[in-house]
Amino acid sequence: MKPVQIYRGIHMIRKALCGAGAIGMSLMATTAAFAQEAEAAAAVANPGNNAWMMTATILVLLMILPGLALFYGGLTRSKNMLSTMTQVGGAAALAMLIWVMWGYSTAFGPEGNAFFSWGNAFLSQVTPDSTAATFSDEVISEYVFVSFQMTFAAITAALVLGATVERLKFSAVMLFTAIWLTIVYFPIAHMVWAGGGLLFEMGALDFAGGTVVHINAGVSALVLAMFLGKRSGYPAEPMPPHSLTLTMVGTGLLWVGWFGFNAGSELEADGTAGLAMINTFVATAAGALAWMLMEKMAGHKGSALGFCSGVIAGLVAVTPAAGNSGPFGAIVLGIVASIVAYYAVAKLKAKLGYDDALDVFGIHGVAGIVGAIGTGIVYQPGFGGPGDGSTAMGEQVVIQIVAVAVAITWAAVGTAVTAFVVKAITGLRVTPEVESDGLDIGEHGERAYN
Amino acid sequence: MKFIIAIIKPFKLDEVREALGAIGVAGMTVTEVRGFGRQKGQTEIYRGAEYSTNMLPKVKLEIAAADELAAQVVETIQQTASTDAIGDGKVFVFDLASATRIRTGETGDTAL
Repeated sequence: MKPVQIYRGIHMIRKALCGAGAIGMSLMATTAAFAQEAEAAAAVANPGNNAWMMTATILVLLMILPGLALFYGGLTRSKNMLSTMTQVGGAAALAMLIWVMWGYSTAFGPEGNAFFSWGNAFLSQVTPDSTAATFSDEVISEYVFVSFQMTFAAITAALVLGATVERLKFSAVMLFTAIWLTIVYFPIAHMVWAGGGLLFEMGALDFAGGTVVHINAGVSALVLAMFLGKRSGYPAEPMPPHSLTLTMVGTGLLWVGWFGFNAGSELEADGTAGLAMINTFVATAAGALAWMLMEKMAGHKGSALGFCSGVIAGLVAVTPAAGNSGPFGAIVLGIVASIVAYYAVAKLKAKLGYDDALDVFGIHGVAGIVGAIGTGIVYQPGFGGPGDGSTAMGEQVVIQIVAVAVAITWAAVGTAVTAFVVKAITGLRVTPEVESDGLDIGEHGERAYN
Repeated sequence: MKFIIAIIKPFKLDEVREALGAIGVAGMTVTEVRGFGRQKGQTEIYRGAEYSTNMLPKVKLEIAAADELAAQVVETIQQTASTDAIGDGKVFVFDLASATRIRTGETGDTAL
């Protein structure tokens, strides 16, 4: 396998990088690398790669606003439309500010251990001339890399809130986001993507953030929803989506934006980015149709919401595999993730009785787990993947499972701690009256539709 | 004179209107309504959560007709709106005490 495929260039490795010899280099190599710093500092970002990464960064922003805001908003009741969209926007905006204050430093160094890092608070080490390594001997401008990674933190924070819509206070959203990013997201991002990180050094494959973003968001959403409790009236009272039209619009924007998320994670406009691109087409298409087929086979009608749900399941599943799978491996992954997520949402959820309102765990968490583990299989050359077969499939799958287990445990414990603190400071739920009137008028003083 | 109220399936409206025009019905009032009968409601499913709606959309026609035309109107509606399935609707006939055309003040059959 090629570990170089899975880390994102960081400050530390950037200084050391002067060729393929830097692959898999640990933090201990720093001292030796200082000798070559003058040479490395001369590396200039390729404008083509920079331009693509700037575009990819904006595409991920498109996934959040308006993509995720519309996808989630359409699924809620009309009295909570603005609240849902404002929570997505508010959490993302706060995440951006925290990212430049201490987030980037906590996830990407330059000093660090296996769990988190430090030494670059308020971006004190970054200048317009500084660069971040890609997976070849190229570099991109570090401000672009910081921005790209910023959007990942922002969307993950926003994703969590789908489980808690229609009842979580806005003040609780903001406090939760600040603490949760700090003790859950930044460490997991560091463990998976930064050189020296626990799961990175183990050789876990996560091309674009299946573990960091989707398993993390799904598990955290479930835990927060359990702390928060069900919406009043759930499940006896009907709560159908108020606008599947807007949900479909949001789904389309998410799919388009996801090309920045997946193909951008290559950090260069090269052939592997192209591989991630085609996989993001075909796994998603397969997931969408698989979900509709499941509905048909269950005796129902293939539905618009089923199509949208399958699109998301396919996108989530292909995220860790985007540059780590051939197109046909990606198709299989999309189909399997869609089928498993369908069961989780339509059957398992009702039996377990929790109120994950918009199925963040059922789709992002479950399809994320299928994708993360499946990546260990579709990576193999025997299945058309780009792996060189140097790590046996069984061994790789075990690494993937361990990475998933670490992420689930860290996310669950960290979210429980965060929820406990937030509950003590701001409280979690709106009053019964605000919940009944809707959070739009109760929390924001507006109505979505007049 | 008779006053006829018919509840039919919405997609049959144009066909019924044309058939009634052909037998000399000069006007009608149409309203979109909701209700239930033997057909009951329908089930909506969102990601496996089933919600049953117990009201279905229908179209209500109101027609005033001269006595000699009324039976033909009822027969035409029945034959045109039928799909041989439950939920096709019903036709009700009332005696109509008077009718006045507002513009001219005409009354009775000539006002229809």
